Amino acid sequence: MNAATAGAAAPPRRWAEAMLLVPALVIGIGAYAQVGLATDGSLPADFWAWSAVGVLLAVAAHVAVRLLAPRSDQALLPVVVALNGLGLALIARLDVAEALRAAARGQPVPTPTAPSQLLWTVLGVALFVVVLVVVRDPRQLQRYTYTAMAVGLVLILLPLVPVLGVTINGASIWIRVAGMSFQPAEVGKIALIVFFAGYLVVTRDALAVARSRVLGIDLPRGRDLGPILVAWLVSLGVLVFENDLGTSLLFFALFVTMLYVATGRRGWIVIGALLFLAGSFAAYQLFGHVGARIDTWLDPFADASGAGFQNAQALYGMAEGGILGTGIGEGSPDLVPYANSDFIIATVGEELGLTGLMAVLVMYAVLVERGLRAALAARDVFGRLLATGLAVVLGLQVFIVVGGVTGLIPLTGLTTPFMSAGGSSLIANWMLIALLLRVGDAAASPAPAPVPIVDDALTEVVPR
Amino acid sequence: MIGGMSGTIRRVAVLLGVLFLALLANANIVQVLRADELADGPGNTRGIIREYGRERGPIVVGGAAVASSKETDGRLRYQRVYADGPLYASATGFYSLVYGATGIEKAENDVLAGSDDRFAVQRLSDLIAGREPKGGSVTLTLDPAAQQAAFDGISKLTGAVVAIQPSTGALLALAQSPSFDPNPLSSNDPATAREYWTAAVADPDKPLLNRPIAEVYPPGSTFKVVTTAAALASGRYTPTTLIPAPASITLPGTNTTLSNFTGRPCGDGEVTLTEALVVSCNTAFAQVGMDLGDDALRAQAEAFGFNSSFDVPMTAATSRFPADLNTPQTAQAAIGQFDVRATALQMAMVAAGVANRGVVMVPYLVQDVRSPDLEVLETAQPEEFGRALTPELAQEVTDMMVLVVEEGTGSNAAIPGVRVAGKTGTAQTAPGRPPDAWFIAFAPADDPQVAVAVAIEGAPELGEISGNRLAAPIAKAVIEAVLGRG
Repeated sequence: MNAATAGAAAPPRRWAEAMLLVPALVIGIGAYAQVGLATDGSLPADFWAWSAVGVLLAVAAHVAVRLLAPRSDQALLPVVVALNGLGLALIARLDVAEALRAAARGQPVPTPTAPSQLLWTVLGVALFVVVLVVVRDPRQLQRYTYTAMAVGLVLILLPLVPVLGVTINGASIWIRVAGMSFQPAEVGKIALIVFFAGYLVVTRDALAVARSRVLGIDLPRGRDLGPILVAWLVSLGVLVFENDLGTSLLFFALFVTMLYVATGRRGWIVIGALLFLAGSFAAYQLFGHVGARIDTWLDPFADASGAGFQNAQALYGMAEGGILGTGIGEGSPDLVPYANSDFIIATVGEELGLTGLMAVLVMYAVLVERGLRAALAARDVFGRLLATGLAVVLGLQVFIVVGGVTGLIPLTGLTTPFMSAGGSSLIANWMLIALLLRVGDAAASPAPAPVPIVDDALTEVVPR
Repeated sequence: MIGGMSGTIRRVAVLLGVLFLALLANANIVQVLRADELADGPGNTRGIIREYGRERGPIVVGGAAVASSKETDGRLRYQRVYADGPLYASATGFYSLVYGATGIEKAENDVLAGSDDRFAVQRLSDLIAGREPKGGSVTLTLDPAAQQAAFDGISKLTGAVVAIQPSTGALLALAQSPSFDPNPLSSNDPATAREYWTAAVADPDKPLLNRPIAEVYPPGSTFKVVTTAAALASGRYTPTTLIPAPASITLPGTNTTLSNFTGRPCGDGEVTLTEALVVSCNTAFAQVGMDLGDDALRAQAEAFGFNSSFDVPMTAATSRFPADLNTPQTAQAAIGQFDVRATALQMAMVAAGVANRGVVMVPYLVQDVRSPDLEVLETAQPEEFGRALTPELAQEVTDMMVLVVEEGTGSNAAIPGVRVAGKTGTAQTAPGRPPDAWFIAFAPADDPQVAVAVAIEGAPELGEISGNRLAAPIAKAVIEAVLGRG
């Protein structure tokens, strides 16, 4: 887009975004129509209401962006609408399968997931607008650097609070409030990105000072190792106490990446990699479930009806889907446990085929690329780091969960952004996109001339 | 201006790009390169679900479906059901999740499952129109009345019944005893199938064995029809040629004696060829066989279908007339002993070949194949296997076989008002085991509508009478059913 070069000119009318929203809505609504047509021979009973809600949400989000962040990227919102709509349709499709299965066994039909996911979508869009309204300039957030840290840590640790926290399938990453379960770490990750960005703005010069050169790589000073060690310990804490491999890996990789971006020192990546290897090795040795995950990854078919069942079934489903997929409603994606949450990408692979899966992956890649483009366009360090962190966390999360489901890397539980059933992930990612739009809009807006960016004045490239 | 972060952000973008490329490459590997391997992975039920998600076409006999698919509420959407399971089991076979398919279910699977290439256009139009793909139907040649008569007749014994329309080779009856019920074996519940299978496999009477086409027996005296045909075809014998018929003969170069069942000479020690067949005279036929030689017997047997393989479409066991027999072996082979082995199908073909003025037709079970919307895709075209006898000699053999029923050992096959041609048989199997009883027949002799072979294992009585006592009434019932006189 030409947002970055718009300069002081009038903001774009965002017709590109409006036009892109049409195919985006067609994907989600068309998929939902197909759920009914394939499984019941007719449109779903609530098809028109459902479609209306979808259109209204997309229009509302579009209007909000037009009014509140007119110079931001125009591809982000349509991609998110397409992914969210497709995710909703697939969740509804899996609801049908669950209902059929229950009926065949003479059991009561379980509560469908799709309606609550639609409610969460409404809430996600609402919070998306709220973020755009409240955060008028990304640098506002910089003031709350340490507040963000506290909020982030509290949200991550919340599931460990007795009564509040619930353990599901061994992982203690949920809290239950008023009968609804929520993964606070999903929102916590945004707070932590704000913290990382604000913190690194201040400390990056110090952290960039090299002490020694080993094999051509500058290593930082020993006393500067504090922050990365803290991040490492917190990640290990998440792993040990909450049993959440995915979040642990995501946070640590995010922090190391932001550290590298802020300092330009490859030494941090080396240190991060070494710490990761040490942590992984220790976890492999100490925790049975980590070792089991690795073994299952290496050969999911060794125990295809036990430990490897989920992985094997996901791979079988994807193989069944082949190039074009079985078609929505025509496969058996519900054979995969947790098909509508962590494993929704297996449903994509089975029913939409390689074609659909690659299209979804490319859409995620577009989100990441547009996010990093906003980072590059940002005129201040905080904005740059913030947008980088948001884009990186999205990209890493997709890599970790899709890689796990498709057998590329060991499986670690994470949600697939915008598609997996689960409210916390959905609203957190809508808020994440709002912040990316905000950074992009600020970058393309006329520079507020009198306000010098304090940090930039202090910044100085250390010549080597 | 802001610390050269553009470079590192770009490098992170490249890194994430590499990660996404890895995801895309891996998806291609899983969904394309490894798809076939994964389809056979342990615990992968999707292929079965796909197969069972499509309505499998029916197997039709006499306008009614004997095998059809019923919709269920389970994950496997269709359940195979057999209206009259054990009655048609020899033909239909079963269609099991656990044990695969047999019979027509296996042989015509492409049609029934709808995956036959002839359905390609239909599948494409189904896809475009959004219609559910279905399998095609297979209509069998079986005659319901004949099948019922054959099944009822054999059901209290152990053995097989095959009936053929002589002019075409169409199979009119294909029955076995004991039979099995394909319904539990085809259950969508694997436990049900396993339980039935385990019991069936443990049963010493082997109910799963397709006796009519897959089991070979020594044909015994029914093979004398082949020997008679060879004798007439040699030109050295006529029906009235006299043949020595002592109580027993010692086979040349051995101490082995070959005797008549009665232990007495046939007639006054010399009989015509016709009389030899009518009373089933072993010593006479042994001498005829030795006189003709094994090559002549083998050639005649092969003209009837021995040593050939038939797909009806299920592949039948090959009936054997052994190679390189010495003279004593030839003598025994001439009366259907030694290593001569025949399926019930083969002996029905012998009767049918004589009945069809000497022309043996290739046997077949599938009358037509239809697409899901009942368009006939293929109709059976009767095919000649070959000529076993000239029409004149076939007529002579027919007349001799009519006398077997009217005056000889096959009296129990007689039907008032119908000239029935037949031949009994009792074959020794192994020392200490009761013999097998046979009867082959066709009728009406002047315009044959049906040829039948009945093979009964372990017949309780010795002597030529067991074929007549046990097997002939079954053949008679099948003939009556086909002629509409049952």
